[in-house]
Amino acid sequence: MPEKRLLQGNEACALGALAAGCRFFAGYPISPSSEIAEYMARRLPKVGGVFIQMEDEMASMGAILGASLGGKKVMTATSGPGFSLMQEHLGYASLAEIPCVVIDVMRVGPSTGIPTAPAQGDVMQARWGSHGDRSAVALAPASVAEVYELTIAAFNIAERLRTPVVMLYDEVIGHMREGVALAEPAPADLWSRPSTDQKPGDSFLPYQPNSEDVAAVPDFGEGYRFHVTGLMHNERGYPTTSAPVTNRLLERLESKLRPVTEWLQPERYHMDDAEVVYIAYGITARIARQSVDRLRVRGIRAGLLRPRVLWPFPEDAVKAAARHARQIVVAEMNRGQYACEIERAAAGAVPVTRCLKGGGDLISEDELEACVMDAIMDHHQINRIGESPSEAMAKM
Amino acid sequence: MIDVKPLLRMDMMPHMLCPGCGHGIVMGALLRVLQRRFAHLDQVALVAGIGCSSRVVGYIDACTLHTTHGRSLTFATGLKLARPELTVIVVTGDGDGLAIGGNHLIHAAHRNVDLTCILFNNETYGMTGGQAAPTTVPHAFTTTTPYTNNEPPLDAAKLAEAAGATFVARGQAFRPDLLEDILDQAIDHHGFSFLDVMTDCTEYFARKNSLGIGSDLLFSQGRMAVDVAQDLNARGTLHPADGWQMRETQPMGVLHRSSRPTLEEQLGIVPAKGER
Repeated sequence: MPEKRLLQGNEACALGALAAGCRFFAGYPISPSSEIAEYMARRLPKVGGVFIQMEDEMASMGAILGASLGGKKVMTATSGPGFSLMQEHLGYASLAEIPCVVIDVMRVGPSTGIPTAPAQGDVMQARWGSHGDRSAVALAPASVAEVYELTIAAFNIAERLRTPVVMLYDEVIGHMREGVALAEPAPADLWSRPSTDQKPGDSFLPYQPNSEDVAAVPDFGEGYRFHVTGLMHNERGYPTTSAPVTNRLLERLESKLRPVTEWLQPERYHMDDAEVVYIAYGITARIARQSVDRLRVRGIRAGLLRPRVLWPFPEDAVKAAARHARQIVVAEMNRGQYACEIERAAAGAVPVTRCLKGGGDLISEDELEACVMDAIMDHHQINRIGESPSEAMAKM
Repeated sequence: MIDVKPLLRMDMMPHMLCPGCGHGIVMGALLRVLQRRFAHLDQVALVAGIGCSSRVVGYIDACTLHTTHGRSLTFATGLKLARPELTVIVVTGDGDGLAIGGNHLIHAAHRNVDLTCILFNNETYGMTGGQAAPTTVPHAFTTTTPYTNNEPPLDAAKLAEAAGATFVARGQAFRPDLLEDILDQAIDHHGFSFLDVMTDCTEYFARKNSLGIGSDLLFSQGRMAVDVAQDLNARGTLHPADGWQMRETQPMGVLHRSSRPTLEEQLGIVPAKGER
């Protein structure tokens, strides 16, 4: 039974990375993520890994991609302004299919913003921040324990699908301390990058997809000679300007990520009979869960759908919630980035209300509840348990 | 006569270099050096950025990595730290290596990563049509300095040395024999080796400045291969290829050699020289 100890979110991220087998970290200091680099700097050399502080975030990404091509499990960590600088190389990693984990501890933006205050404003950037039709994976833990678990999951996904995986959590999750008992994953629970069944030689095709639609690109130095490029390329890895080849590649890069939403289901709290559904992630979801409990005491059938995978968008889970709920409340610390997607997926089947907050403050339970009550007033949709709608309204 | 064809990806031909481009000569020198040094290129990684010079690595049958504009040294650093047994050679250009990539050049040199960085210096952005580069000489016409360039050229070798490179040399396409020699020494050298190699852009820079064809440009290089640097700012106008004195005369050959722990030694990834 693992011992319980007080752990900071950022420290849990570093520990998760090490537990997952990360042995190379290149990073650049930025609030509120610097602790991750500092923990890795102390611990990596002790396990035979390499830590290097690079000259900027572009170099950090470049270095981890180079090391990943050399066979290492790699990670970097940053916040908003650094995440912006990393976008080009995230696109490169996606197209060239290079496994890596990128942590973004979100702070108030845009620009320098408020470096030490929480936000959830990089959600859309994690999806579309890089140019072109990039497909993306982004995870969102909501507790210190989950930072540890999802960091391990991030490495698993990155390796098995040969893709960059971004993990988004806000400054509060990053800096809070919780008592956690972390279990070391069993070796069988750690996924490796797929190996090729081709032999080295003139007919070797590094970018030939396997049964999971992933190109099983070997590591450099294992006896295979091949070309890796950010240009559109064919299965040989050679540059191409062919539209059909390009479109097939982009289609495959998108479809290979689909299992992620199956592997990491959203948390469903009191969803079985929920009429008012909160959709929230990160620290906001913690508060929303408490609000669910309070609303239930007041007789309102509230529930929480908490995505742990933000991208690819959990279409099925959201559509299912939209079918069964009478009201959705999307709560996030930004100006409605995930709410747009929820509204799109709900497609008018259910009213969607936004409960938003910016400026670095957390959304409080009272604010969430006020949103719910306003929504009910507007839409007259919700019954208290055992009451008719008019009785419920009369009591409010 | 070394046959370098076995080192080429013939299925990538034809290459994209223009007729008369000096890059091909530099690539040939590199191929001959690789052919002599290595029985096979399984453990040789050629890392490049974006530009005509960077395209050269794709034609070579080794572990080739074509990265983003200016950042090849960062990928190469990560790869070398993950696989210190690989011979890592970086190919860059004057724009890729000194403009967008300038900061990474400084830091790779500063760290003394054990790799060889070859900068193909044709004094322009050739791939994108002949724009001004940090090494473009004054009074030159480029597509982004249509009223002539006013900036003096950046001395890549001096920059690399100041940043801490432990082997710095300059070569030129006109003398592939000398180029092979410094390439060999650079790869041999334990630490960050930097080569500033003068080549040419026939199709854009030379044509737009009426400097002649490829052979004219090479012979101009030949005339300039003396150990004296002349102050180009003193000249008012460009001269045609016949007396192409617009090109700053630069010292050639090995310019600096020193020794200090490499990045891998500092990090304890490889034993320091002399240690077991």
